[in-house]
Amino acid sequence: MARIPLFIALAAVVFVALPFVVPSYYVGLTTKILIFALFAMSLDLLIGYTGLASLGHAAFFGISAYTIAVLSVKLRMSEWIAFPAGLTMAIALGAVFALLALRARGSYLLMITLALAQVVWGIAFGWRTMTGGDDGLPGLRRPAFVSDETSFYFLVLGLVAASTVVLVALIRSPFGLALQGIRESESRMQALGFNVWRHQFVAFVIAAAFAGLAGALYVYYNRFVSPDFLHVVRSAEVLIMVIIGGVGTLLGPAIGAAAIILFEDIISSQTQHWLLALGIIYVATTLFAPRGLIGLYRERFMARRKP
Amino acid sequence: MIWVIHTLNGISFGMLLFLLAAGLSLIYGLMKILNLTHGSYYLIGAYVGSTIIAKTGSFALALIVAPLVVALLGAVMERYFLRRFHLQELPQTLLTFGFLFIFADLMLWIWGGDPIVLPKPAAFSGSISIGDARYPTYRLALIAVGLIVALILWWFQERTRLGAMLRAGVDDAEIAGALGIDVSLLFTLVFAVGALLAALGGVLGGPIIGAQPGADFEVMLLAFVVVIVGGLGSLRGALIGGLLVGLLDNFGKIFFPELALFTIFVPMAIILSFRPTGLFGRL
Amino acid sequence: MTAYKALDVQNVAKNFGGVRALTDVTLAMAPGERLVLLGPNGAGKTTLFHSISGNIIASAGRISLFGQDITQLAPDARARLGLARTFQITNLFRQLTVFQNLQLAVCGAQQVTFKFIRPMTQYADVRERAEALLAEWNLVDVADTIVQNLSYGEQRQIEVVMALAGNPKILLLGEPTSGLSPAETHRVAAMVRALPRDMTILMIEHDMDVAFEIADRIAVMHQGRIIAEGDEATIRGNKQVSDIYLGVE
Repeated sequence: MARIPLFIALAAVVFVALPFVVPSYYVGLTTKILIFALFAMSLDLLIGYTGLASLGHAAFFGISAYTIAVLSVKLRMSEWIAFPAGLTMAIALGAVFALLALRARGSYLLMITLALAQVVWGIAFGWRTMTGGDDGLPGLRRPAFVSDETSFYFLVLGLVAASTVVLVALIRSPFGLALQGIRESESRMQALGFNVWRHQFVAFVIAAAFAGLAGALYVYYNRFVSPDFLHVVRSAEVLIMVIIGGVGTLLGPAIGAAAIILFEDIISSQTQHWLLALGIIYVATTLFAPRGLIGLYRERFMARRKP
Repeated sequence: MIWVIHTLNGISFGMLLFLLAAGLSLIYGLMKILNLTHGSYYLIGAYVGSTIIAKTGSFALALIVAPLVVALLGAVMERYFLRRFHLQELPQTLLTFGFLFIFADLMLWIWGGDPIVLPKPAAFSGSISIGDARYPTYRLALIAVGLIVALILWWFQERTRLGAMLRAGVDDAEIAGALGIDVSLLFTLVFAVGALLAALGGVLGGPIIGAQPGADFEVMLLAFVVVIVGGLGSLRGALIGGLLVGLLDNFGKIFFPELALFTIFVPMAIILSFRPTGLFGRL
Repeated sequence: MTAYKALDVQNVAKNFGGVRALTDVTLAMAPGERLVLLGPNGAGKTTLFHSISGNIIASAGRISLFGQDITQLAPDARARLGLARTFQITNLFRQLTVFQNLQLAVCGAQQVTFKFIRPMTQYADVRERAEALLAEWNLVDVADTIVQNLSYGEQRQIEVVMALAGNPKILLLGEPTSGLSPAETHRVAAMVRALPRDMTILMIEHDMDVAFEIADRIAVMHQGRIIAEGDEATIRGNKQVSDIYLGVE
């Protein structure tokens, strides 16, 4: 396993050197990939490690973005207030979702998370006076110290890298192991003396927090927020990033995010039919590569794992 | 008097929701599949219906043919895709999710982005007097149709052997086989019937709600809220839940035009807090 | 009474809708006692078992553990009071390794929960206890094997080891020999007999030979009630019991 520090060093060099080597369009694209990598990793914590399949993850992403946009653009507050407020809203919404959704399991959980997220979308869409409705809220300015592409990139890189470190530590901690135990068997965990609900609640809120961070970064990236941030399609995009990358691998979803973003970039320059492409990816992945890219890699190159 | 009008509006809309929720519940009750394309079936039904009416001028024809077309679509989806992942929740969800987007895009491609409102059938395009107001007969017919379908489904569920099986949630091939039933055919049939009900709702709802991109997502959400409130797998739940949500949605739009979805959210949250499986649900 | 009974079940009843699964069940266990629940299918053994473990909440009556009322407590609360159980259908963390399974059992016992920052490897107490369990039960070779890849017999064994990880005060064994070969059954029975004498054990068993071998006392259930209770001789001599078991193993 000595390969890993080498791999990290290499990745670090690549990411740091990037803005000085490639055209600014690609710097922007990489920024977007980093943001969605964080978004996808946050969902993997919930789905892959805790075993809670949520179809409404975009709600946390979006509410953070909207909070920041509304506070900054409409109420002219500084980013030092808006940014934490956005994260706080994401955490609060995560708590609300968890309180309601954790009463159920399986299909009910899927349905409830989807329904709750759609309700939030509906509010963003319908509350024109506050959110701008379908038109969204334009005019968000990046803070002065990151007003150019490169420094914004480094801000995102720094925050995403830090978040990744935190998430990895979380996975490796007793709490992380407990989440995996819960994924495998809630009844067994209960019999061992763990308060399963509380663990799931905390996992939900943490996942929402990181999704909120991703949303906050994305709204500054876009300088604009619209109901698309919260739509089912957004939840679907982040879900397929997790699936393609490999559920329960944490870094797999980050790769999945890169794959989907790049693919979307290519597709949308050719055609309007991104939704069709997304649907086909879903169907194809389910039929041919349910374990994602990491799964395919493992099957091919690491078959000797089994005793 | 205006409240009677609003209530009737809520009830007629509720009947549409009932048709959707009934189909969703039916499919889930037997096959444990949460069909995310249910809203799509609704919309496809509405679009296909609109094309049939445009070409032939007959609402009745649309009402018969469109649901059958969608039923066929559902049968194909079940037989060639969902069948492979029997009882595996995540793959099934992913598949129906995928088809949701594929259908959405194709519908936009074929029928364009402008909303389409289906013309009412001649027989029901008038209105009758209720007190000092006039109320469209179409909506009253809609309520009647909803009740008739509810009765048919109830009869089927309570009085036939097949219905008993569905009620018991039997999906064990051996038991079903011992009863002389072809399970494979049953699954496809049930899925097709669920899709048919959704499309029927689409055609019936066409003159009122219309068809436009995004309606599939909206309708799916409402159907979900109905089964969350009424309970998955329960016909009674679909009816009561449908009426409840229909009324709430309607009155919500009147009182809180900008926040209509919030009025739906509240009962959903209440039910989830106290009866997570819904009013009549059984897990 | 100088000390609390280890387990005190008083007039417990359980209804499911209209079905009376348990009626007026009263049972007591002294610390260190081994009690086996026998009875035909549907007698209520599993319902009683689950009422004690907390997976079912009794409709009426009182259950206490070393004097503490646990009637309404959730399973995890009971576990924290020193109650451990095994599952009749093996219920392990299938995608995790044996070592990880044991670590979780130890974490539960030591209540190492909601620790977010330091990696698992740095919790020496947990690691040492888990390693001790591996050594004690001859599991060192399979420590890094994913549980799913173990044989059924090995999984059944780990099922019991998990329950023992926290040195429970009372152990509930749910049909531990089900599905095992005669040799494996014998091994499990020997293992149970070898457990520390201060551990109170309540067991459901179908195999009468195993039951008589392990039990200090036996309680026979029928249609939701306890119809006979006592040592081997008492039970063997009970006419009602032999009537019920006539023709049934």
